[in-house]
Amino acid sequence: MSKTIRVLVAKPGLDGHDRGAKMIARSLRDAGMEVIYTGLRQSPEQIVAAAIQEDVDVIGMSILSGAHNHLFPKVIKLLKEQNAEDIMVIGGGVIPEEDIPGLKEMGVKAIFTPGTPTKDTVEFIRNNVNK
Amino acid sequence: MFDKEKIDQISKSKKEWEETKLDKVLSRFPERKEEFKTGSGEKVERLYTPEDIKDLDYMEDLGFPGEYPYTRGYQPTMHRGRLWTMRMYAGFATAAESNQRYKYLVENGSTGLSVAFDLPTQIGYDSDHPLAEGEVGKVGVAIDSLADMEILFDGIPLDKVSTSMTINAPASALLAMYIAVAEKQGVSADKLRGTIQNDILKEYVARGTYIFPTEESMRLITDIFEYCSENVPKWNTISISGYHIREAGSTAAQEVGFTLADGIAYVEAAIKAGLDVDSFAPRLSFFFNAHNDLLEEVAKFRAARRLWARIMKERFGAKNPKSMMLKFHTQTGGSTLTAQQPDNNVVRVAIQALAAVLGGTQSLHTNSRDEALALPTEDSVTIALRTQQILANESGVTNTVDPLAGSYYVEAKTKEIEDEAMKYIDKIDDLGGAPKAIDRGYIQQEITDAAYDYQKAVESGEVVVVGMNKYKSDKEPKQELLKVDPQVGEMQKERLTKLKSERNNEAVEEKLEALRKACEGDDNVMPYIVDAVKEYATLGEVCGVMRDVFGEYEQNVML
Amino acid sequence: MELIERMLEGDKRACAKLITLIENDEKAGEEIIKAIYPKTGNAHVIGITGPPGAGKSTLTDKLVKDLRKKDKKIGIIAVDPTSPFSGGAILGDRIRMNDHALDPNVFIRSMGTRGYLGGLSKQTRNAVKVLDAYGCDYIFIETVGVGQSEVDIVKAADTVVMVMVPGLGDDIQSIKAGIMEIGDIFAVNKSDLMGSQRTATEIKMMLDLSENLDRRPPIVMVTANRNENIDKLVEEIDSHLEYMDESGNLEKRRRNNFEDELINLVELEIKKLIKEKTESDGGIKKYADQLLSRDVDPYSIRDEILEKINLK
Repeated sequence: MSKTIRVLVAKPGLDGHDRGAKMIARSLRDAGMEVIYTGLRQSPEQIVAAAIQEDVDVIGMSILSGAHNHLFPKVIKLLKEQNAEDIMVIGGGVIPEEDIPGLKEMGVKAIFTPGTPTKDTVEFIRNNVNK
Repeated sequence: MFDKEKIDQISKSKKEWEETKLDKVLSRFPERKEEFKTGSGEKVERLYTPEDIKDLDYMEDLGFPGEYPYTRGYQPTMHRGRLWTMRMYAGFATAAESNQRYKYLVENGSTGLSVAFDLPTQIGYDSDHPLAEGEVGKVGVAIDSLADMEILFDGIPLDKVSTSMTINAPASALLAMYIAVAEKQGVSADKLRGTIQNDILKEYVARGTYIFPTEESMRLITDIFEYCSENVPKWNTISISGYHIREAGSTAAQEVGFTLADGIAYVEAAIKAGLDVDSFAPRLSFFFNAHNDLLEEVAKFRAARRLWARIMKERFGAKNPKSMMLKFHTQTGGSTLTAQQPDNNVVRVAIQALAAVLGGTQSLHTNSRDEALALPTEDSVTIALRTQQILANESGVTNTVDPLAGSYYVEAKTKEIEDEAMKYIDKIDDLGGAPKAIDRGYIQQEITDAAYDYQKAVESGEVVVVGMNKYKSDKEPKQELLKVDPQVGEMQKERLTKLKSERNNEAVEEKLEALRKACEGDDNVMPYIVDAVKEYATLGEVCGVMRDVFGEYEQNVML
Repeated sequence: MELIERMLEGDKRACAKLITLIENDEKAGEEIIKAIYPKTGNAHVIGITGPPGAGKSTLTDKLVKDLRKKDKKIGIIAVDPTSPFSGGAILGDRIRMNDHALDPNVFIRSMGTRGYLGGLSKQTRNAVKVLDAYGCDYIFIETVGVGQSEVDIVKAADTVVMVMVPGLGDDIQSIKAGIMEIGDIFAVNKSDLMGSQRTATEIKMMLDLSENLDRRPPIVMVTANRNENIDKLVEEIDSHLEYMDESGNLEKRRRNNFEDELINLVELEIKKLIKEKTESDGGIKKYADQLLSRDVDPYSIRDEILEKINLK
């Protein structure tokens, strides 16, 4: 059995800066993954519903608006409620260092801040998805 | 500028120099790189000589400052006469907190206000909308109604300051609130100076805070053009923005090409709506980015000025010289800031700001060092503002107009960017204009491709970003960051509930109904919006009516 | 399998996991299809095809909206191309369908072609079977928008809607005749644009030239993003199925498609067998070498291989 890693790349909230999300989507594709891209203005509910229907291994969210402390926990809570906490959640964007430990404690597996080479994200996903 | 004989002579001498001097040096000391490139990835030659600008005609291509084609500046004395407006983009949390920051900036020498709105405001939702959760007051100030706007400008005389508002899809509603606040201060609309961004096309392409479909958005924009030309004549009705196109990853030439193509679309829409080109074109303004490649950026600003003048004169037959002058605001490049070693950003911002000043900007926002991490603290904003003041008062670059003119490199580069930008405009014309090219995803695709090329160049180390992919350091200094009170959302919600219980709800209903009818018909919607906000109809209510009638835009994402 | 039971009870996660298994694990896929097969055959399968940029996703979204008003359960499979270089893919069709994300009676799944040509992915037909067993009344398959070779949709769908749009540069004539002929219904999208009437006329002219049409495909002018005439298109889709049913053509088409599917399955198995059975003594490469040196002719080698896998 050969498994293709599937990743949902989402822009939650109202933030329209999608350069980072697009770059990571392309990089994951070029690393042989299937990327489901949902576009802008997705509510946590929509993101979780899409992740379940698409049966992704990873949800990657990009947030530059400062709403991360609201949006990440919401997605994680919904995943738990729908028995889908096995789906790994990672994030990127403008996220202050001091907020990262809290987010990780809530269940966000990794946060990639500006300047992280995309290959680091690719590696992280490869090494952490249950194959 | 040079006669042919001289050029031939220079060309011959250059060849000799290459074969004798240069080759000898190169054989012993090869250059650091095979190919040198600009920040936009364009090839740069070792040396520029008069040969590279042999077709340059001084009078036709450069002229004098304040004269067509305005390459050297839109005005004769430029920064010798008046410095640029030091306009710091700011706004966060509640209207009251932002009001404090504005007063601080004015006290410290900022000469214009620039309002940042939070995302719900930018997308026309009130603070109690479900999608607003977690976003209220985060990237800017939350404005739900005239009541918030009154607090925002409390104690700031609106006949004395010029105010720039970064607002697009709901621009008409925020402008209406501004007019209403001014009226309460006893300032009539014809005295108001400032700018609304009001540039929806780049929202579709790069920034994402759109609401309505293209056609309806273009109508709202031309309604504003018309309304302001009669009622708010000193107001810049649009700020056609390349800034966000560049932030999304475009090259310098694309920034010029796509921005001017958007500009062409607005001019065409207004002409189609029956306006005379010279009635609105003088109030069009532009907004560009300033990146790190100093000379390329200076050339970019000069190229944009020349190209727009030519377009307005030749394509649209503008008669009023003011219609041909490209006046612009500049912001230093947010995407060039690094989260690593954030103090380095101070230097980047200084270089970028220098490019804007040398390029002849009319106003400037300098980013703060901590903006790759969060909204800037007061200390960081102060350094950014001081950077502008040092440029203005100590660097000497303001002493003469367009000081880099005549540089073989800068002139060659100016021409190159102009030509390249024109190619994009031609291509967009072939596709039926900017709105159609966006609908097809052409512009988005070009930008995303350029962004991906850059990303790969950074990751391969071909492009060096100090502190990020080279000269890294392990110990990162602890940053003090601005924290937005997480209770802002709740506070705004309470204010809304209170407002709705205190205002004249019957009058609100009536005005919103009148607005609905205007939207369904052909009337200019601006007066109806002004009426509605004066009764404290909320932004969400006003935009809600328009959402009902106009529908919503569906983004064409190109990956 | 527990997943199958949960899926039959309407569990979305189980349904999604079954499709993943089918995509990734052939053996598991076989077991799944064996188990659910008796529960399939109830859905109306609609193919949405057409050139890139025609607005297939937006149109599908609006069709689903209309059908949801009638309380139908809907499945959508959206296929996008897999990069031949990396094997990865960006699947972006959901962007247009986000309004349905939270609807319990709509299931949307994106699939990469994973090297399969023809506009579908190798497992599209089996994914359709899962959604069929899951209880969907309508299943939409949105094909890759390649415009030239996506004829496979006709082998997977009961009704094929060909979406066209004015001004994409290529004339109808330049699109291969074979492609146009798979359309049971033509939808001219973005009909508010200039040139839409011309596009419709060109389709009409092309249809005039086509012989042996059992039923002349209707042409519907729609503007998907403004929700214009979508109800009309839904009517045409339903009436096409009705016609297919009454004329016996539905059975005929499904039978043809099953023939094709069966031959495909057997072919695949034989290919695998050939690989397995020849591996020990040099594989197919050895035979190719023999051909290269002109020692033996291709037909004799064919017979030799068939003997090896006990087919001759």
